[in-house]
Amino acid sequence: MLSLKFNVNVCKNCPTSDCLVKCQYMNIDKDTAREQMVKIYNGEDSFVLHDCVTCYACEEYCRRGNNPFYLITERREEKGILTTPRAITNQWVNIGEPTGKYRLGDVKGRVLSLGFMPELLQLVKGRLFEDVMPSYLFGNDFFCNVVFIHFAKTSIIKERLPVVIDKYRNLGVKEVICMHDECYGAFASLAPAYGIEVPFTPIHYFEYLYDRLKALSDVITPLNITVAYQRPCSARLSADKQHYVRDIMELIGVDLVHREYEDENALCCGEVMGWLYGYDLKYDLQKRNIDDMVKNGADYCLFNCNACQNALSEKVAKRGIKSVHMIDLCRMAIGEKPEMEV
Amino acid sequence: MSDIVRLLANIVGERYVSDQEEEAFFYSRDPGLMPARKPDYVVLPKTTEEIQAIVRLANREKTPVVPMGASLSLTGLAIPLRGGIVVDMKRMNKIIAVNEKSRYALVEGGTSQGALKSYLINKYPRLRHSLPDAPPAATIAANIMIHGQGRLSQQHGFNSDMINGFEVVLPSGEICPIGSASMTSDWFTKGAPFPDLSGLFLGWCGSTGIITKLAVRLYPNKKMRDVEIFLIDDEAIVPEVVFEITHTELAEDVLIFTQPLPAVFKDNHHVSFYITGDTDEELEFKRKILWKALDPFIKRKDGGFMSIPPGVKGSLMEMPQTSAARIADIKKGGGFEYSGPVVPVERYPECARKLTELAVKYDLAYSGMIRIIAGGHCMMYAFAFTFNRADANMVERTKKALEEVSDFALEIGGLYWKPNVDEQNMAIKRMHPNTRNLMRMVKSNLDPNGIMNPGNWEVV
Repeated sequence: MLSLKFNVNVCKNCPTSDCLVKCQYMNIDKDTAREQMVKIYNGEDSFVLHDCVTCYACEEYCRRGNNPFYLITERREEKGILTTPRAITNQWVNIGEPTGKYRLGDVKGRVLSLGFMPELLQLVKGRLFEDVMPSYLFGNDFFCNVVFIHFAKTSIIKERLPVVIDKYRNLGVKEVICMHDECYGAFASLAPAYGIEVPFTPIHYFEYLYDRLKALSDVITPLNITVAYQRPCSARLSADKQHYVRDIMELIGVDLVHREYEDENALCCGEVMGWLYGYDLKYDLQKRNIDDMVKNGADYCLFNCNACQNALSEKVAKRGIKSVHMIDLCRMAIGEKPEMEV
Repeated sequence: MSDIVRLLANIVGERYVSDQEEEAFFYSRDPGLMPARKPDYVVLPKTTEEIQAIVRLANREKTPVVPMGASLSLTGLAIPLRGGIVVDMKRMNKIIAVNEKSRYALVEGGTSQGALKSYLINKYPRLRHSLPDAPPAATIAANIMIHGQGRLSQQHGFNSDMINGFEVVLPSGEICPIGSASMTSDWFTKGAPFPDLSGLFLGWCGSTGIITKLAVRLYPNKKMRDVEIFLIDDEAIVPEVVFEITHTELAEDVLIFTQPLPAVFKDNHHVSFYITGDTDEELEFKRKILWKALDPFIKRKDGGFMSIPPGVKGSLMEMPQTSAARIADIKKGGGFEYSGPVVPVERYPECARKLTELAVKYDLAYSGMIRIIAGGHCMMYAFAFTFNRADANMVERTKKALEEVSDFALEIGGLYWKPNVDEQNMAIKRMHPNTRNLMRMVKSNLDPNGIMNPGNWEVV
């Protein structure tokens, strides 16, 4: 039985209780935050269990690696506190169910994991990927299942993630380049938090892109454009890799605007908030987020996550901002045509 | 050449009449499961006068006349059950006029849905008509004659409600304008404020006359259109959700689908509603009101809005939707048929349960496709099954499942939509005797020789 590594003493002795104090959706002071985390750990009810919007951010705010969000998720499930409507949860449980139908390229020791995001099949092309492709895998059998922390369904993750990891193990891969934050988060954050052994090294695709761009530096033409970065919820599980966004932008001559909602203070795309809470929260988040992009002079909205891109691309376009995925932007810098409409 | 072929050729020209085996084969069937029956003659008239002459000839010869649009009903309504002359209307495809300010189009009786759609896009981009989710070759008049439904049906009712009158050739061969055109040159109402005679023809499947001209109502074509899907896992809640959506009076169309494949759709009921607007503000206002109308369900976790992937959205935004064609080939072999009773919305839960029960019982792939009509007064619930035409056992299982739907529809107080001849007979038996007598009077007075699409709505 997999169990979460969580040390309540870390919370009791925490000098900041940043996990909840920094929460963008609940107004909580330090003492209350500490008290509530202890209550949650002890299995008592807490308003946090009812009001949390599942933005994942407390996983990043906790600098002591104590997994507050995973604990909140566990306790919600134990108490039957639903986050999303039942039908939405059903839908995702069905989507992610392994079917035995997947696509494998010529898998080598180093492989691109496209998880279960079909858009990525279109994106991973050109010189950036020539040193690894066609070593790739795609399909719901390789779906990381991290999304179920939005649904307070840790049980699904515990059931499916070890099986997914076994599939990687059976392929004999040594390095997995994760083309989405959640995929990386599954192996670098969630699996260790539950003591699941990961028999390969996960590599965040930002790091991969950065290395490739350096190798191709002689063909880079600075793009001289201004972008606002849409940092997704799943970036909270790979916060230590987010510096690559700035690093890559510097390499390709892109001005990354400073904005109110950046780094730790980023706002999510709002899609999940719509599932959980309906129109007002979703609309408010999206409006504030896009207003901030416009205010700070972004010409492009830079996406890391395809789900964010689906949620926001039409909306930013209406405000005069073009959408571009990180991979496409990097390809543009080396003179290649983007796959998705920019 | 037989005498009748020669006489028909005299009316329409030799090129447009046939008694040959090849044509008889094609005109003997539709894409559904009803048994084929060959016509004796196929004729393609070009004018109303030619149709009059054909009907008069048929009357003299006591030969059946079966008017045909694109023969896409799937329930065999244009299959010549007693042989005779199939009158294929497709050459009468002129768009005669569009009155922009009064919002109607006057078209000939064989004009296809696709032709009018294309014409309006090109010439009158601010106008649209109600398109059914049928292939573009489906004709407007045939759709009217079977009380079809299409886009805008949630707001405006059956397609037969969305007309301003028509010209019909009676079984005697006489021409009769129905609606305002009986007194004026304008086509602005199909009956009111006078006695509405359109009911003598609408829904009769061509057994009381042949529509040669038709005034179709047009509606504002807004610049923007979008779709949202509300997911529900419990069929019992669906009528409440529909009630709240229709209460806003802001949705263009409300459609529901439920099907087990692909996995993204499994176990849920998908209430999709469309919104339109000329500005972002208008569209967003409607979206906000509709989302908020469903807030209580979200709070109770009884339902929620799904994220629509771009591919799915593209399919939902199509007019007509082609997704049914994809569903039709799930079993390979291209078989697809549905029974779509018109029932009160509150019967949704029983229908949903029956659909899954039949799919399990007969081991069939299925889809429930539901269209809300006229603000929620009723819905068309299509029990759709797909099958491999090359698999006789599967075809038989599908037939049995559809027969059970027919029984079930009556049990729950529903009415058949575009009923096949067996269902028509079941309905006739079940209806009030005085209603049946009235129908008999209408039919026997209009068509004393029983030549018009005989077998259909035969109240004897």
